[in-house]
Amino acid sequence: MSTIIDRNAAVACSRVTKHFGEGENRVEVLRGVDLTIPLGEMTLLVGPSGCGKTTMLSVIAGLLDRSGGELNVLGRDLAELSGSQAVMFRRKNLGFVFQQFNLLPSLTAAENASVPLLAAGVKKKEAVDQARALLDELGLGPRAHAFPNQLSGGQQQRVALARALVHDPRLVVCDEPTSALDHETGQVVMQLLTRIAVKPGRAVVVVTHDSRVFGFADRIAHMDDGRIQTVSEQPSAFNQKLEAVS
Amino acid sequence: MNFVALQMLLGDRAKYLGLIFAIAFSSFLMSHQSSIFAGVLDRTTSQIKDVHDANIWVMDRYTQYFDEVKALTDSDVYRVRGVSGIQWAVPLFKGEPRAKGPDGTFRVVILLGLDDSTLVGAPRDLVLGSIDSLREPDSIIVDRGGYEFFFPGQPLSLGRTLEMNDHRVKIAGICNSSAPFTNFPIFYTRYSQAITYVGRERNMMSFVLAKPAPGVSDAEACRRISAATGLRAETGREFSWRTIWYYIHHTGIPVNFGITIAIALVVGTVVAGQTFYIFTIENLKQFGALKAIGVTNARIVGMILLQATLVGAIGFALGIGGTAAFFEITKQNLDLRGFHLLWQIAAGTGATVMLIVILASLLSVRKVLVLEPAVVFRG
Repeated sequence: MSTIIDRNAAVACSRVTKHFGEGENRVEVLRGVDLTIPLGEMTLLVGPSGCGKTTMLSVIAGLLDRSGGELNVLGRDLAELSGSQAVMFRRKNLGFVFQQFNLLPSLTAAENASVPLLAAGVKKKEAVDQARALLDELGLGPRAHAFPNQLSGGQQQRVALARALVHDPRLVVCDEPTSALDHETGQVVMQLLTRIAVKPGRAVVVVTHDSRVFGFADRIAHMDDGRIQTVSEQPSAFNQKLEAVS
Repeated sequence: MNFVALQMLLGDRAKYLGLIFAIAFSSFLMSHQSSIFAGVLDRTTSQIKDVHDANIWVMDRYTQYFDEVKALTDSDVYRVRGVSGIQWAVPLFKGEPRAKGPDGTFRVVILLGLDDSTLVGAPRDLVLGSIDSLREPDSIIVDRGGYEFFFPGQPLSLGRTLEMNDHRVKIAGICNSSAPFTNFPIFYTRYSQAITYVGRERNMMSFVLAKPAPGVSDAEACRRISAATGLRAETGREFSWRTIWYYIHHTGIPVNFGITIAIALVVGTVVAGQTFYIFTIENLKQFGALKAIGVTNARIVGMILLQATLVGAIGFALGIGGTAAFFEITKQNLDLRGFHLLWQIAAGTGATVMLIVILASLLSVRKVLVLEPAVVFRG
């Protein structure tokens, strides 16, 4: 049972470890990660290649089991969930944005974006309509009927963003969302991510190498050698906007 | 998610068509070769099935199949008639003399000599002429295949003559008959005439055809004949199966067809399985993304099975349709008549295709089930 329950934290982890293999082949990837990811913020997980960022993201998302330590995601210890409960948890609460988009090539943009709703049992028409509305918001309304190979990289990542948000998840995990895009397109995607994804009650975690997107974050966790070395906070565009409103 | 599964399948047009082709090819080959096999074996019993008047065939006790008989003595027909419960019994001659056409072409024919008074065993499906015309001197009824061999391209007409064992015979009727195994022409004539058209042996009667009296079953009648005469008595159906099993056990026919059918099965399974596996491997990242998003393993297995079932159903329909079309097109060809697609073969092919589809899916399902969804985070 996890003892770290912070109601304002989407993710709270303490001394989380993860290793692959056993004996001589054992590789320690996470060596005791302590990290809190607050709701309503965008947190970047940055660090050199091989430092364990992606493994950490996979553990947070419940795609990999941790080897040790405590981890609480949206109030649940994922280790306590059965396989099917973990799948249901992900389906309901998590949105994913992948480095290579991972769109289904034979589905249109709207159909791709509707997949989480289809997986949850929503009827196709309703799901696609909802996805189309979100694509409109992301500026892709006119391209909703296009197939992935008819879209630019930036447009494909916007479709992936719509897919990550269409079911209104409480935690969005993004793995290198700008690394396959040119600088300008990357900036557009991050602006959209900040504007649409980050809101009260939802947290966004982004693993990235791209220092040009650091300015979008509320919090940047620097990882190295399987541990969080430093966490720096900074006022992001979203927080500035929130402060202005209040 | 069924929609997603179907779109994934249809979106990869080349592999989709490749899968359908593999299964269609396999279905066609299996159903076609099985049908030909069944048709060939069925042909071995054609002359038995074409006798509709008598239920019971009586023959020498060591007879193995229809085409090789040891003649009975003339008295055997009276012995059978004397068995209690037998309504009537008549002789039947079967021989294979050589017939010569007016232009000198010749061919071995299957000659059936029917009881002179009753003409039991005469063909039912006459194209020209009548059965009673067999009562005329030197008259024969010839099947269409035989007529077209001796008079190729000529209109069907009665009165033409052939020669058998230096006897002139006149065509008094033309009939449709079940295709014989050897594709020889079939001639029908009276018993007393038939034995003059072949080399004379001491005994000439090939079979006795009999019918049980009302109230006596075929099986009981056969038992009584065997007990009373020491001869073998079987129903037409039993004799047909004896003949079929002879060919299965003593010829290479089942081995040859069996090899072809096995190749069709292996090729279908391997090609379909490999193509489907490659299709799944190429979509592994997509499946990983679906698993990460929250699609359950059971749902993914369902998606793969749906894809496999669809290609299986379409491939089977095309293959079985091709087989049916082949037999529909060739049914007017006299040499190929009698071959057709049996429902049992269609059902068996369907079951085999289902097996192919399941085997093809299993590898893919396994690959996806062991897939770590975290793979989607590896660029």
